[in-house]
Amino acid sequence: MRFVLRRLSFFVITLWAAVTLNFLIPRLMPGNPALAMMARYKGHINPQALHALEIAFGVGTHKSLGAAYVAYLGDLVRGRFGISLTFFPQAVMHEVLQALPWTLALVGITTILAFSLGTLIGIVGAWRRGGVFDAMLPPIFIVTSAFPYFWLALLAIWLFAIKLHWLPASGGYDVTTNVAWSWAFVSDTLRHSILPAATILVTSIGGWILTMRNNMITVLSEDYVRMARAKGLSQWRIMWTYAGRNAILPNLTGFAMSLGFVVSGAILVEFVFNYPGVGWMFLQAVENQDYALMQALFLLIVVAVLSAILVADAVTAFVDPRTRELR
Amino acid sequence: MTAPAVAEPLRPAAPAGPSRARAVLRSGAVRALLHNRKALVGALLLLGFVVLALFPGQLAPDDPNAEIFRPGLGASSSHWFGTTAYGQDVLSQLIWGTRQSLLIAFAVGGLATAIAVIVGVSAAYLGGFADGLLSTITDVILVIPIFPLVIVLAAYEKNAGFFTLVVVLGALGWSYGARQLRAQTLSMRNRDFLEAARVRGERRLYVIVFEILPTMTSLIVASFLGAALYAVLTAAGLQFVGLGDPNSLSWGTMLYWAQNNEALGAGMVLWAVMPGVCVALLGAAFALLNYAFDEVSNPALRKVRRVQRG
Repeated sequence: MRFVLRRLSFFVITLWAAVTLNFLIPRLMPGNPALAMMARYKGHINPQALHALEIAFGVGTHKSLGAAYVAYLGDLVRGRFGISLTFFPQAVMHEVLQALPWTLALVGITTILAFSLGTLIGIVGAWRRGGVFDAMLPPIFIVTSAFPYFWLALLAIWLFAIKLHWLPASGGYDVTTNVAWSWAFVSDTLRHSILPAATILVTSIGGWILTMRNNMITVLSEDYVRMARAKGLSQWRIMWTYAGRNAILPNLTGFAMSLGFVVSGAILVEFVFNYPGVGWMFLQAVENQDYALMQALFLLIVVAVLSAILVADAVTAFVDPRTRELR
Repeated sequence: MTAPAVAEPLRPAAPAGPSRARAVLRSGAVRALLHNRKALVGALLLLGFVVLALFPGQLAPDDPNAEIFRPGLGASSSHWFGTTAYGQDVLSQLIWGTRQSLLIAFAVGGLATAIAVIVGVSAAYLGGFADGLLSTITDVILVIPIFPLVIVLAAYEKNAGFFTLVVVLGALGWSYGARQLRAQTLSMRNRDFLEAARVRGERRLYVIVFEILPTMTSLIVASFLGAALYAVLTAAGLQFVGLGDPNSLSWGTMLYWAQNNEALGAGMVLWAVMPGVCVALLGAAFALLNYAFDEVSNPALRKVRRVQRG
């Protein structure tokens, strides 16, 4: 219980830090970029929307920084993120909710896949240490993990879409199909997601393999593993239920920490593939200087990463009784 | 995990203990690295890039900016990697671009490592409230996704130049190293040789700099390599989406222009592929060295000659 409380308070502190950064950055930047943006849009959007933006970025109002901060927090709690300029006159919230499922599906499924596969390869590699499998796979994936996500995405498009015509090069679905829960649409969506998913998988799996392999090697020299061997338990049982289960725990913590890296990569992958998710929208917002949308998306990404970390923590607490007792 | 030189300062006869300890450690580390194939490959790659970055003027066949050739040429003996849509020589751009990527890697790596050492070691050494505060800050920075944050900053800054890039990436990229250094320092706090230094009446700063830090060389190097790898990838990504300085000569900027001209579809494949190959190779160099250092500092991970299992 104390463990859960501690993690929850950490969640709140981090969220608060991100929100405060989000509030301060546009106000402290030199040259007041928000003002420049508004000057550009004056006359193009209605005065009411402009006023909303002015409040959001603290331009033209004579509120003190503290009062503006309180008002900003109040707006966030009520889910008011302002008006999107890119998708004018839609509220930012409306746009964000449309992009979210795409990213959740793509990045969520891919990350879970990469984590599971990487953990498996790590366990087997450490078990047959020095074997062919161990000599080949970990080094290869260490190298692929140094690849820039976006570059691998470019290569994948070039090879599989432009040269071979196997898979679509961009978008989340074919615009000529009807958006509905039909087989045609779902299969089309899947076809569009293969290349982006494969890109994220190949670049992110290396980290999991490496940490899992190292954990496993450390665990294999523990006394309880030797004990299990001495008892004459089957190799299979020692590998999975004795060594593997214990080695996975630090990897779960690692999961939480590397998630930010995966999300960053996913943003670029979505950008390259024009995938209609949060990352693509984020960069669109940057390009159009749609600061309200951009900042809302930044917060959304932070919340998503934090939530995933919280889930990983909960799983760790569930799997490992020691964490529950610790301080 | 015991670093090889930990026991060294204990010997009463050792004159000027710390510097000797460090020399021993370094030669040990160097020998171990030379015997490690991953480290060797990584070091050679890095060395190659350093040479390119130091002497681009002598090594590059042409002026990287001169738009003097036929645009969109394929690979040939006069243009190994073809030309860009603007008629520049791709190879020359690659060679000149090495400098910026390496500079960013080393500057960010250095800055991030310095912060990591200061925060991590002092958190562990001070303990109490200071430790709680520093550790919380470390953890917060660790989980806030940095790339989106850098994008937000760059979006307001308009085309982040070299200096902004280094400061922002360095200021945000230290948390992982700090966490590890803190853990390592904590595990050493009650070792005999530190107790001895305390009894000798050494000052805190002396103990930290000359007794604790030398035993953590491999962790510090690992932290540097990790930060450098992350800097190379992040900077390239930022430049690729157009948030870098579009006039600078770097691999990320090359990719940006290649993408803007749809180089892949237009048959200028090498223009879009080669900068990525360079980023990947430099990244791989850092990753391999990091991996090798992990093996050297953690003897349990070292290659085993032969494993026999029932």
